[in-house]
Order: sequence, then C-alpha cells, then structure tokens
Amino acid sequence: MTCDLNPGRSVLHRLDPRLKLLAVTAWSLLAALSRTGPAALFALAGALAFAGLGRLAPGPTAKRLSAVNFFLVFIWLFLPFSVPGEPGPALGGLSATKPGLELALLLTVKVNAAALGALAFFGTSSVTQLAAAARRLGAPEKLTAVFLLTLRYFHVLSLEYARLRQALKVRAFRPGLNLHTLRTYANLVGILLVRGVDRAERVHAAMLCRGYTGRFWFHDHFRFTGLDWLGAVLLAILLSGGAALNAF
Amino acid sequence: MHISEGVLSGPILAGGAILALGGLARGLRELRADDLPRAALLAAVFFTASLIHVSMGFFSAHLLLNGLLGLLLGWAAFPVIFIGLLLQGVLLQYGGLTVLGVNTFNMAGPAAAFGLAGRAALARFGWRAAPAVSLLAGGGTILFSGVLTALSLGLSGQEFAAAAAALGLAHLPVAAIEALVTLFAVQFLRQVRPGLLGRTGDVRP
Repeated sequence: MTCDLNPGRSVLHRLDPRLKLLAVTAWSLLAALSRTGPAALFALAGALAFAGLGRLAPGPTAKRLSAVNFFLVFIWLFLPFSVPGEPGPALGGLSATKPGLELALLLTVKVNAAALGALAFFGTSSVTQLAAAARRLGAPEKLTAVFLLTLRYFHVLSLEYARLRQALKVRAFRPGLNLHTLRTYANLVGILLVRGVDRAERVHAAMLCRGYTGRFWFHDHFRFTGLDWLGAVLLAILLSGGAALNAF
Repeated sequence: MHISEGVLSGPILAGGAILALGGLARGLRELRADDLPRAALLAAVFFTASLIHVSMGFFSAHLLLNGLLGLLLGWAAFPVIFIGLLLQGVLLQYGGLTVLGVNTFNMAGPAAAFGLAGRAALARFGWRAAPAVSLLAGGGTILFSGVLTALSLGLSGQEFAAAAAALGLAHLPVAAIEALVTLFAVQFLRQVRPGLLGRTGDVRP
C-alpha cells in the first residue's frame, strides 16, 4: 500500500520527492502571498504547467479542485458586498463593489494556483515516498512514523467502519437529527475507539517481536539526478519571476 | 471549517505556524516510542469518525470530536490533529500547506486545553464529573475553534469581517451536536473501557 494519487511515468514522477516537497512549499507560499493580479495569474499558469507536466488525470483533478473551491463559495457570498468602494453591478437589490469583486477573484485564482500546484507535485509521488522524503528533510521521526501508521490503519478502520454501517443498516437504522441518531453515532465511534486501541496493542506487540526499539526505519533510496538539478534551477527562475511580479 | 490556502495574510499564517510548532513539539515530547501505534490508531479512528455526517436540514456537518480527542490524548492532540489535516490536505485537498499551521492551532489548541482540563477534573472528581466534562469539552472545543477561525480570518483584513462573523456563527449548531455526541461517547467508554479516559486508569469509579 503506497497510496499513489496519480500513478504514471511523467517527468514529474521521476523527480526526487524531496525536491517536490520543497517545490510545493515554495509554490504554495508564492500563490498564498501574491497580492497582485498578474502575480496570482502567474502562479496559476505555473501550476497548470506543472499539472500538464505531471499528466494529471483531468477528471479526478477537477473533482479534487472543486472541494477546494467549496470554501470560496463562502468568500464570494460575503466579500463583494463587504469591501467598501466604487459600486459595481447590482445583484438582486444588493450592490457589489468593484474592489470587492476584484478581491474575491484574486483569492479564487490564488487558492486554485496553490491547490493545483500541490496536486501536481504531491499527486505524482506516493504518500509513503513523500513521508520518507519529509523525514530526510528533517521532519521529526515520531511525527513521520505516526503519519505512516495512521495512513495504514485508516484503511483498516474505514473497512471496519463500513462493516459497522452495514450492520446498522441491517438493523433498520435511519439517521436523522435526533438524540437516537447522535447516541448511535457516539456508540459507533466508541466501538471504533475500543477496537482501535486493542489493535494498537497487537500492532505494538508485533513491532516489538520484530525488534522495534524506538527507531522507525524508512525505505528511501533518493538520488538527486541531473533532471532534479534542472528542475530546481527552473523552479528557482520561476519563483523569482513570480516574486518580481508581486513587487510591482 | 478550515480555511483554504491563499486567503489569510502573511502575519496570520506565520503566527499560526509558530503556535502550532510549539504545540507539536510539546505533544511529540509527550509521546514515547511505545505510544506511537496507539497514537496512530487513535488518529485513524478520529479520521474515520470524520466520515460520519450529521445532516442538519439544509446542510450537513461531519463529526470532528476534537473534544473527545483532547480528553484521550491531551497535548498529543497536536500531532494527531496535524496528521489528520495533512492527510486531508494530501488526499482530499481541503485546506493546504501554508494554512496548515493556522488550522492545526485553531483545532488542536482548544482540544488540548479542554482535554487537559477535563482529564484533571475527572481525576479529581471522578466519574460524577463526566457529564459536565464531556459536554464542556465537546462543545467548548468547537466553539473556541470557531472563535479562533473567525479571528484568523477577521484579523487578515477588515474586508473579511462579515465572512468571519458568519463563519464563527456556523460553528454554533456543530458545537451543540459535538457536545451531545461527546457526552454519549464518554458514557459508552465509561461502561466499556473506563481505563481509556485516564492515562493509567486513574479515574475513580
């Protein structure tokens, strides 16, 4: 179980995961901190290019992006009306202001640029590889170990959860907004907790049997190749370009 | 609700990241090597529990159970919630990397605070304090998270004030539901596995 979001063999897939982690961080910061329209559009264009380089599957990518845009609906409901300024088009009695609309648009571009950039780089490595890369870049060992174990046991527990949901359904449980539903959900969580803790003891025992002494070993054979150097240089140029656009 | 990437201002992002790092360091120090599987399983349970949606008429909210998480884990709520957000970020693309610090602190800060206080109350007063502790931890954690989320949005710029207020208010019904579910879940654990709510089973029966 390696958890690839978008398996494949593109240029982006062949980059060192350590470089990708740094790239996501840098590109997210660039997008999140851009204050001008051109800078935000530059970040979005870059993210689109990365997505193309990584050959991201369009369908699932669009679906993931729509989840990101959920928060933006909320922003669009308020911002155009709460920013003072020159009135723009009127919508059903309420008049949106031009600066408000511009700000909402700017935020939309920024959010999508950051999310698409992250999808392009994260989606082209397995999550386990990324965790090992984070460890090599200095992430705490305990944190990385808990992350990997959580990923593993989330899969196990979600199967258990599906089974319990089915058991509820068989017993004619119909969720609604009432105390019975909430109590049932609480018991469901309680059972998951009890079984989870019991499983943790078995997992711990199994780890001890295999010589666990508190060190958690990671499977990583990263090599920084010529392609990675090229990518790093290209990224540095793009980043300084974006930063320059931000300054004006 | 957590805030998306690219909305908050730089100083807020940096402040959230610093606070979250402090909490993470404290939480990780608390986790011994032998606690890792348990922390991971609990993280996985809470991540699974967030698949449960409670429908409230026109909108539905998924369970967070940060209050229960705080009661079970104390300071370790920081690493566990951080990992939950990271997984959501990587797998589902909610939130994002730059807001990770802010979102972690907004959720884990209240969880750890209410959890530690709740555990102290349980150790001192025994199980008769359990209903009050679980209601307060379950609801209070969400209310405080709501306030912190609204503050981080509101402090990012005057123009966000209205959106921030609405975001804070949206936490009210969620807090009520969380308080009740936490109450029932603590009742369940008290009957089935009372040792879970005290670190060494030190809660008096």
